[in-house]
Amino acid sequence: MAIKKFMYVNRKPPYGTVYALESLEVVLIGAAFDQDVSLAFIGDGVYELTKGQNTDAIGQKNFSPTYSALGDYDVTKIYVEKESLEERGLTLDDLQHLVWEDEDDDWAERDSIRLVSRAELADVMAEQEIILSF
Amino acid sequence: MKISIQVNEGPYQRQASDTAYQFTKAALAAGHEIFRVFFYHDGVNNATKLAVPPQDDRHIPKLWSELSKENNLDMVVCIAAAQRRGMMDADEAKRQGFEDNNLIEGFRISGLGQLIEAGVESDRLVVFGA
Repeated sequence: MAIKKFMYVNRKPPYGTVYALESLEVVLIGAAFDQDVSLAFIGDGVYELTKGQNTDAIGQKNFSPTYSALGDYDVTKIYVEKESLEERGLTLDDLQHLVWEDEDDDWAERDSIRLVSRAELADVMAEQEIILSF
Repeated sequence: MKISIQVNEGPYQRQASDTAYQFTKAALAAGHEIFRVFFYHDGVNNATKLAVPPQDDRHIPKLWSELSKENNLDMVVCIAAAQRRGMMDADEAKRQGFEDNNLIEGFRISGLGQLIEAGVESDRLVVFGA
């Protein structure tokens, strides 16, 4: 199977609609296909990565711990848009610390999250072959 | 051109399914190949055989079903999304202990891998809704 550049763009808060959860399900299943995968979090989508989520009061499953498994699925490029964070009064410290282990460097831990500007993210998007937006 | 379609919204509440249907029909008429139509999120509800819209309105599931029959379209309903929303084919209904299934002819239920494969195998993946 050919390898294409897939980007999953996450634009919605984690709860309120099912898009965030069902986006993550595509990413996890898609990881088995050895494609060149990256994720982008923009707009309210940045809330998906916030740490300390507690869903007790809304009776829904807190699926946010699953993001920390992405590294094990070889999903190592997670772009977070700087402006989207700032517009919401958030910083990188409000997000989960997502890492992956570099097989070529004695399994050294590397950061998965890449903080990029809106303009930089547009360039990354322009390089993609398949963009799935949620 | 080889094209795949992703439908992310159910019938009627939003126009995405209608637009996807019209696009698919137009693409076929223009001589393009439709590799697959993949139904995800509430889009799985387009596959219901239990819809009874008013007679003067379009019957969206039936339109898809007929388009599939006429053009031998591969129309896939995501199993994970379908299970949540109560859409099932005969096999799945039996497995879950239900008396009947609710999938209209022309659709089949399969996994998300079919979406990834559609992306890889097609020249374009065109997404409707969400």
